[in-house]
Amino acid sequence: MPVQSTAAPARAGSRLCVRCGERKAALKRPKTLEQICRECFYIVFEDEIHRTIVDNNLFKAGERVAIGASGGKDSTVLAYVLSELNKRHNYGLDLFLLSIDEGITGYRDDSLETVKRNEIQYGLPLKIVSYKDLYDWTMDDIVKAIGLKNNCTFCGVFRRQALDRGAALLKVDKIVTGHNADDIAETVLLNILRGDIARLSRCTFITTGEDGPIPRCKPFKYTYEKEIVIYPLHDIFQSILRCIYSPNAYRGFAREFIKDLERMRPRAILDIITSGENFRISTTTRMPEQGTCERCGYISSQKLCKACVLLEGLNRGLPKLGIGRTAKSGAGADGNGERQGKRPERNRSSLHGKHGNLDF
Amino acid sequence: MTSCGGGGGGGGCGANCSSSAADDAPEERLARVTISTGAAATCGKCGVGAVVVVAGGVGLCGECLRAHLFGKFKLAVTSNAMVRPTDSVLLAFSGGPASRVALQFIHDMRSKAVESWDASNSQALPVFDVGVAFVDESALLSKPRREVELAIADIKSIVSSILPSDKAMHITPLEDVFSSESNGREGRLRELVGMINDDTGREDLLQCLRMLSLQKIALENGYAKIMLGSCASAIACHVLSATVKGQGYSLPADVQYVDTRWEVPVVLPLRDCLAQELSLLCELDSLKTQQLLDRPCSGINGLVASFVARLREENPSREHTVVRTAQKLKPFSFNKFSANGYHDFLPSRLRPKFQNVDSDESTLSEVLCLICRTPFSESELQNLESTKHKPQKKIDLYTAYCCQSCHFQILPGGANMYDQFFSLLPKFWTERVDTATASQSSLRDQIEDYLLENNDDEN
Repeated sequence: MPVQSTAAPARAGSRLCVRCGERKAALKRPKTLEQICRECFYIVFEDEIHRTIVDNNLFKAGERVAIGASGGKDSTVLAYVLSELNKRHNYGLDLFLLSIDEGITGYRDDSLETVKRNEIQYGLPLKIVSYKDLYDWTMDDIVKAIGLKNNCTFCGVFRRQALDRGAALLKVDKIVTGHNADDIAETVLLNILRGDIARLSRCTFITTGEDGPIPRCKPFKYTYEKEIVIYPLHDIFQSILRCIYSPNAYRGFAREFIKDLERMRPRAILDIITSGENFRISTTTRMPEQGTCERCGYISSQKLCKACVLLEGLNRGLPKLGIGRTAKSGAGADGNGERQGKRPERNRSSLHGKHGNLDF
Repeated sequence: MTSCGGGGGGGGCGANCSSSAADDAPEERLARVTISTGAAATCGKCGVGAVVVVAGGVGLCGECLRAHLFGKFKLAVTSNAMVRPTDSVLLAFSGGPASRVALQFIHDMRSKAVESWDASNSQALPVFDVGVAFVDESALLSKPRREVELAIADIKSIVSSILPSDKAMHITPLEDVFSSESNGREGRLRELVGMINDDTGREDLLQCLRMLSLQKIALENGYAKIMLGSCASAIACHVLSATVKGQGYSLPADVQYVDTRWEVPVVLPLRDCLAQELSLLCELDSLKTQQLLDRPCSGINGLVASFVARLREENPSREHTVVRTAQKLKPFSFNKFSANGYHDFLPSRLRPKFQNVDSDESTLSEVLCLICRTPFSESELQNLESTKHKPQKKIDLYTAYCCQSCHFQILPGGANMYDQFFSLLPKFWTERVDTATASQSSLRDQIEDYLLENNDDEN
């Protein structure tokens, strides 16, 4: 496994790896700042994920598991590590790659190539579900209709449902996603900044949606983003692209803040997750009630699920339907749409950047 | 920790917000004043004065801003029974704007109470007393002696302009927490602080020492409450920095109006006021502040302060939202005064209402960290229990009584330095662990004879 040449070059040439004490240290581990050799880095990286899976009973033998694969670094590493661990530790899982084709020319078509390569390299069957098939709209069409404002809301809502629908087609028992420790720490902070106590209570769960049809879990919950980048994976990193419709999606205040924190104290990311897990959230805090959408049968806390509301807006030429905080349901939506339209700034503010479209 | 300690003294508006206020607030404030006067907008409340600030979506004039802030302060004091007529209240004054406003407000409240006492027929009810404490941390500052003396003289003049009585002013060096032991208190303080490698840890330990110092002043002078000037902005910073330090479990303990886990209960009446509003009020009313002895905050706390400052620029009410999020977390049983016996000797019509603090586990006594007094989370308790059941040395027990956060950022690097470190800590802290374990072992001694050894069973 060749390490990328850019990954954490060893400065202290003569230092020995703190773990094995035999080989020369090749990099400083971002999570602990330990000087460590390449071989040991692979071992601890994979072992930590294995421990996370075992300690949290993420899987049972014989389960069918879909890996949400975007072609990005996280999901590509996840697919590789999970298929390796599955063989090495006999999890007995049937693994699948599940990709969503949003229909974004110049972005998704390229990253789907990566996923297709992974299919061959790791020998995992791939299923691609497209917005076009499910909703009859591609993101290119949607952006043409509504412009660049709020398009991430559509994409996020549709993707979440598309993943579930794809998983149902594959008849899997679980979906795993590549959310890493940095993502989760960021979500904890954003939920504090937004005052969203219900999400704050569940954003650190390693498995969510256990009451729903297909639970989702995050084996990278304790894995640092930097380590995922260091972890060698052939040449996939050449093909990482940013979505053309939200070029700034990863540049929120919170993201920068977490990077600064990590520089000052690497363990801060884990500490934020610990805090998130330990928050004393009163059992009387009102949680949204789970129901099903009257139209499509998807889980929803309202009469119609968000995807149906948004879709109705698109089809009726009222794209602001269902955008923004106060939208309760499809009913009386025209007035709603107008009111929402007055505060586009708010929806676009940096705090909403990434998490407008990533529902944990 | 409760107070968001000001560099120079007990808990004012705190290092967190005072430093950012010092850096960028004046310009911002001025800009706001000029813009609003330029637009000649009138106050949304009285419709007369010129708008100087926008609070809660309404433009307010200076007069209404004062009323608005005083209203919040008074509501916090009365609705949480913070001050009984029989109490003496010790205000922790740092010289910063928040504690300066707190000083003004509590003095105004007292003056009104005295007026109505004068006017009442019976004059039966006493009026609460106010004292002021300033914790002098100059031992740790590299400031010329002369500057420090001038700053302290300033603090004295500010306080004496409001409270003429000398008895009500307590200026205590931080190193006095090391009580009556040897003469080298200052050296001991420096040695202790020098043993901590982490910048943030050093700052947080000072915060704990500051609170201990306030407690000591209050106990020695018979004060019943300690009032801190922690404002919403400082608390918002604390919410984020506690989260970042992994103290999510204990966080709700620090964001309530009332905190009785200390020997002398601590109250935070300015919890709902923003630092910017308080600074503006100081400016408008020419309330003099003295922040020369403030220490700029560094490490994680500094990073969080600048993050919060950026958030404020993006949305001025973000600090309120952060504080509100933390308030939705479940407080601890010590976050209210126990209604039992609290109001004895008061006529029922004068008994203030009690805040409804939602804590269903009644009065489970919490295990608190030896250093920072944060309540232990589940995993910390488990760790403590397992240490207790092992044969241990005293040092092992001390370390087990430190929360995970203090463990990481305050305890010195090598375990071989623990002996030295714990011997330097104020006796008050380590003795608490000694007595806790002593009482447990004496309980065990009492029932010793009735306990059967495992071996006996087998025989």
